Amino acid sequence: MTPYLLCAGTIWQREIVRFVRQRSRIIGAFGQPVLFWLLLGSGFGKNFRYAGGGGEGYLEYFYPGIIAMVVLFTAIFSTFAVVDDRKARFLQGVLAAPVPRSAIVLGQVLGGTTLALLQGVLLLAATPLAGVPLNLEAALASVLVMGLIGFALTALGLLLAWRIESTQGFHSIMNLLLIPLWLLSGAVFPVAGAHPLIGLVMQVNPLTYGVAALRRTLYLSAPDAVANLPGLWMSLIIMLVFSGVCFSFAVRTAERSEG
Amino acid sequence: MNQNPGPALDVQGVTHRYGSRTALKDVRFEVSEGEIFALLGPNGGGKTTLFRIITTLMRPTAGDAQVFGHSVRDAPHAVRRKIGVVFQQPGLDPKLTVFENMIHHGRLHGMLGAPLRNAADALLAQFGISDRKKDYVETLSGGLQRRVELAKALLPRPEILFLDEPSTGLDPGARIDFRNELKRLRSETNTTVVLTTHFIGEADHADRVGVIHEGDLVAIGAPDALKKEVGGEVLSIEAGDPESLRVKLEAMFSCEVRSVDGSLRAEMRDAHAAIPRIAEAFPGEVRSITLGKPTLEDVFIGKTGKRFIDADADLPAADARKS
Repeated sequence: MTPYLLCAGTIWQREIVRFVRQRSRIIGAFGQPVLFWLLLGSGFGKNFRYAGGGGEGYLEYFYPGIIAMVVLFTAIFSTFAVVDDRKARFLQGVLAAPVPRSAIVLGQVLGGTTLALLQGVLLLAATPLAGVPLNLEAALASVLVMGLIGFALTALGLLLAWRIESTQGFHSIMNLLLIPLWLLSGAVFPVAGAHPLIGLVMQVNPLTYGVAALRRTLYLSAPDAVANLPGLWMSLIIMLVFSGVCFSFAVRTAERSEG
Repeated sequence: MNQNPGPALDVQGVTHRYGSRTALKDVRFEVSEGEIFALLGPNGGGKTTLFRIITTLMRPTAGDAQVFGHSVRDAPHAVRRKIGVVFQQPGLDPKLTVFENMIHHGRLHGMLGAPLRNAADALLAQFGISDRKKDYVETLSGGLQRRVELAKALLPRPEILFLDEPSTGLDPGARIDFRNELKRLRSETNTTVVLTTHFIGEADHADRVGVIHEGDLVAIGAPDALKKEVGGEVLSIEAGDPESLRVKLEAMFSCEVRSVDGSLRAEMRDAHAAIPRIAEAFPGEVRSITLGKPTLEDVFIGKTGKRFIDADADLPAADARKS
């Protein structure tokens, strides 16, 4: 194994082991979205009809949005670890080791992506409850898209986390930037019915295309339900580019960091 | 042990500024291979800044440092292959076991498989912590964590070991153990050791000491040689009115008498003989007179005119870390 992969691999493994050993993180990252989905979905259910689709209830509309939120939350929580590591000075030891910073960042991103993916897959099991017509092909495609969203959001989180000194600071960034990113991605309400200005923001929000790709893969067997969303391939390309940009900026930030 | 000619560490005019504050001013010194070198200075004097520069975590504003001929400025990666680092605040993951911490560190240095596990086991045994290898680091005492830290740093067999305030947070017994480990390491593997400390007693055990004060390297040499420069014996005198007594003493002995933080200090060859004379000449003015051989503190006072605050009391800072 090359030293590069060995380094990325060992950092990835540490992220996973730490997650598994902190039960509160598991409960928080998985329990909260399920709760949100049930409370919001059933509360809005009677008052909200998704205009563009086949007349599904809000619970069904919100379901892919909740998957995106699980992925976002897990990605963010895993990047909290970087802020903690720096505070606990663990990162100093890693930075003084003869490994490229990009290998460190890759390990961290893959760690966050894996965790996000695990929880996304768990939520996929709730598909029948949401009324989404999922078959095996659609499920596999959706897992790939979740992985892509997870990678992009973890890289984005890391890009911020490597600059931020305290978890408090990271909280405010999260509230100001990451949560709106999710709110305005089509996860909660569609672009179609939004105020034109909000609609514009939604159209330039890369996560919109992540959520669109996810909806398209979930409804792979019933494409009519998502006909008015951005196309799958275009969405995937935008997300790939977004992932690449976030990753390279995260690496650059790490290269300038002094631990 | 290695083929590199020249010094193990060559600090070449390192200057560092934080905004308008100058933390290091043109610091230059060399450390030879196999040497135990201590950077002594009070907290805030620039030691840690220098430490972060020579361990490649920070680029100096000006100047360079070379580790076995590799520049920290131009070839930090090559430097990182040569060094083992023990930071002041432990760099262990508290949520992982002792052994897992060792394994992760080894992999970061390109080690893996059975050779890595064997090397980790051997080091844990050497430091007497084999029985704790499956315990989470957060359950270990500060002294034990420091030992794991040292074992971890030695895993990739570094040619030079950098330690930032290694004694901070250790009780006296653990400090002596740690010091003996370093000496044994040097004698067995010829590893060069560079440590920073604000404990005068610790610097005394190094082969050579560099004294850092307000970003300047004010003295460098073997502890005994530095003390000899100070003079024969040192008198310290507590007085009701130090300034007036200082003037009188200088006239009486025609030597320099310093006033340092309210007490008077004089270095002279036959200081013991001066004690009864001072006591008789100024009976009401002298509160106490102490006679001593010069210490590194006297070296520090001689070079800076300030008293060295040996801050034994502020130790627990490193242990207050939360995970």
